Amino acid sequence: MTVDTVGRFERALEGLEVGLERVAAADASERIERIVEEPAVGAPLPFEGVSLPDSVTTHPTTAEVAAARTGVTPVGFAIAEYGTVAVESTADGAEPISLYPERHVAVVAESDVVPDISAGFDRLEAGFDAGRDSVVFATGRSATADMGDLVHGVHGPGDVHVIVLEDR
Amino acid sequence: MAQRTRSEQADRIRHLLETEGPAIHAHASASNARRKETYGGTDDLEALRTDARAIKEDAIDRLPELIETVREAVEANGGTVYVADDAADANAYVSDVVRSEAADGADDGAAAAEPSVVKSKSMTTEEIDLNDALEADGIDVTETDLGEWVLQVADDTPSHIVGPAMHISREEIAELFNERFDPDDPFETAEELTRFARDHLGELITDADVGITGANFVVADSGTIALVTNEGNARKCAVTPDTHVAVAGVEKLIPTLSDLEPFVDIIAKSATGQPISQYVTMLSPPTDSPTLDFDSPDEPITTGNDAADDIAETADDTGDPNRDFHLVLLDNGRTDMREDDQLRETLYCIRCGACSNSCANFQSVGGHGFGGETYSGGIATGWEAGVHGQESAAEFNDLCTGCTNCVDACPVKIDIPWINTVVRDRVNRSGEPESYDFLVDGLTPDEEGSGLDPGKRFFGNIGTVAKAASATAPVSNWLADAGPVRGLLEHTIGIDRRRDLPTFRRESLVDWFEGRGGFAASKKHAMRADSRDVGADVDREVVLYPDVYTNYVDVDRGKAAVRTLEALGVPVRVPDLPESGRAALSQGMIATADRQASRLYAALAEDLDAGRDVVVIEPSDLAAMHREYERLLPESSFERLRDGSYEICEYVYGLLENGADPSVLSTGDGAEPVAYHSHCQQRTLDLEAPTVAVLERAGYAPETSSAECCGMAGSFGYKREYYELSMDVGERLATQVEDAETVVASGTSCGDQLEALLERDVPHPIELLAPGEYRA
Ligand code: SF4
Repeated sequence: MTVDTVGRFERALEGLEVGLERVAAADASERIERIVEEPAVGAPLPFEGVSLPDSVTTHPTTAEVAAARTGVTPVGFAIAEYGTVAVESTADGAEPISLYPERHVAVVAESDVVPDISAGFDRLEAGFDAGRDSVVFATGRSATADMGDLVHGVHGPGDVHVIVLEDR
Repeated sequence: MAQRTRSEQADRIRHLLETEGPAIHAHASASNARRKETYGGTDDLEALRTDARAIKEDAIDRLPELIETVREAVEANGGTVYVADDAADANAYVSDVVRSEAADGADDGAAAAEPSVVKSKSMTTEEIDLNDALEADGIDVTETDLGEWVLQVADDTPSHIVGPAMHISREEIAELFNERFDPDDPFETAEELTRFARDHLGELITDADVGITGANFVVADSGTIALVTNEGNARKCAVTPDTHVAVAGVEKLIPTLSDLEPFVDIIAKSATGQPISQYVTMLSPPTDSPTLDFDSPDEPITTGNDAADDIAETADDTGDPNRDFHLVLLDNGRTDMREDDQLRETLYCIRCGACSNSCANFQSVGGHGFGGETYSGGIATGWEAGVHGQESAAEFNDLCTGCTNCVDACPVKIDIPWINTVVRDRVNRSGEPESYDFLVDGLTPDEEGSGLDPGKRFFGNIGTVAKAASATAPVSNWLADAGPVRGLLEHTIGIDRRRDLPTFRRESLVDWFEGRGGFAASKKHAMRADSRDVGADVDREVVLYPDVYTNYVDVDRGKAAVRTLEALGVPVRVPDLPESGRAALSQGMIATADRQASRLYAALAEDLDAGRDVVVIEPSDLAAMHREYERLLPESSFERLRDGSYEICEYVYGLLENGADPSVLSTGDGAEPVAYHSHCQQRTLDLEAPTVAVLERAGYAPETSSAECCGMAGSFGYKREYYELSMDVGERLATQVEDAETVVASGTSCGDQLEALLERDVPHPIELLAPGEYRA
């Protein structure tokens, strides 16, 4: 069932022109390294055995966030139905790191990909109960049609990649 | 707002059609088409709409309690809640917050520049003119939503709730920006414009003292505000500066987080047809997100303690101590709306704009044609009447033809046409001295007062007019076509002289029916069909409703209906029945409509008791019985009439299903193409399909039109100020059907409009189907 859910997630992301890669935890660091465009900043990944590559600056300064081309963050969970990732507003800066750079690389554990919005709300509510009460559902790339045509990458990233940790 | 004269209004609409119409039409109709498609592909759509509505009903019901709940929750999080009575109160509070925040910042050694604010799109702050108020206090304000920013640069006002600058084309934006910002290489593409805006606004966001957002929803028990955007600017405004002010109408409160789910699921679907918006931000501020201090760019944004990296452990209840949050809940008339039985529904609105997108008139002239101080189109009548007063709602309210296209679009099932009717009624009465408090008194069942506009009086009483005209035909027709009379009609009641007037028939349908032997003769015809075994296997009798138009003008469609029913084995009565009240409702004359509804019900009660079926030809009259009568008749009477009345082709479909032989009708060869235009209200009642099915069963190949209605061709299109608009809307439909050899339409106004534009006969489908060759 998880496999189906991730498959569904992948198809939704395809429609949004967001790439998805499935990797084993052990290979994650190397994959992230290949996807990031430097300079890159990141929020530490809370998955055992997974670390950010050295090229990604954690605990960045404000200037580093502003100058970064890529931001790497973990996400609490993802909703397969819509291709949504849930970014939490944590003290380690996941929110600005996912928002300011042009490219966002979101890392999610396979077990945290839920099928639909209703399951997503179950997770959201559980998080709220545990005190994690500021979350962004980010779906695809920042977009606007206000300038007369559809353009991606307005105030948020114009390029998004999702990494699913298969054995987590 | 001073009322414009008819010719001023006509000039203004013509101007808007030319300048803003094309851009608006492109955007609004595309959003509407995507919405329809997405709605169609959402299995649980009806359940979602029902849930969303129920949550809003409950929340508005419990509003005072929810305000207290959210106050506790936000304070527990470390923020502040301020309930503002009106615009001035809200503006003064926000201005104080900004100035004291900027003063604090200055103490830290920053340059004492003008306090600065970045804003994310919010119709509520438009409603209170917050920007003007802040600027008057020496505060620099920048909109960060690209559409809003374009308006700010252009010094223009929003014309759409969701796409505020929808009326401005890319070329116009490029021209504006090239002039204002004088770039080295002139802007041309949307890409270039967007990149420039991103960089320019990005800097302003990082330098701002305070970020101001609206809120799409506010979850009372956790103090969470939900912001829905595609650009991502709401998030940036909310979390970049260390002070965040959210301004929201009190109606945005919902009880719990789980109540948010259906709204998150439906808001983008209804607004733009996207499955979900790019960013649905749920913030329970002050948040844990570290502040980005662009004055000290080299400080790490976090403490750098990896031991605290576990997300769960870093979460706490009070957020980053440097953050400050204010939730301003705006009343500004909403409490009164909540007490008003007719306007209360407006508070359920989630401001998705679907009602505007689905409106044919809105698609042609955009929100600026609809007027109003802030809100425009669709539900805006309710909002304007509630927050700015009836005056503000009066003018553009007139552009609602009551076509009901918006009824199926609204995610919270608000009966928007009814709100328009109610406000129109109140505006009609506002000339009367005793009419001071209709906003809270609701409807008064008196007759219409003397303050009523003569045009409204004329159209609202069209039944009486028609009766007189028929009695004096053909003299009345000849007179009506004479130049001087047309001039007089135009001058006194505003009927545009370019519009063909209906030709009244000397012999009404009722007279014709009596003349051929009444019910007895009809029974004989029906029995003949039964004896030849071609009739339906039912023992029914029909009362055919002679609406004003069928009875006096388009008598042929009435005759066709009688002959068809008889040929399928059903005897018919065509009694002289009172008006349905439809015409009066269209003019906002609710008291008149109420009286007419009661009279009609009384006249039909015996037939209903006797188990006879009421069959209606004109869809708008059927819609009155099936929709508006719920507001006008006692519940049981309403249900009785609704359950016992049918649209003519729907009824014929039922007869064919019950064994009647379609070959007694005028049939096609199985492939004969027919362009069929249903009718807005008929579609809302889900009655397009039966007509299509009957045409197919009778050997035609019907193609249905998808254009939004030409409802402007009714009494609205006769009015001088709306003639051009009516033609613009009508053209879109005419272009769709013009290639077909045969075009049929169910509604009077649609048929009239199509006949004028196509310059040929456009019969009702029943005329095509009736035995005995329509075209002969
Ligand atoms: S009335 Fe309904 S359709 Fe119109 S903006 Fe409000 S919620 Fe949307």
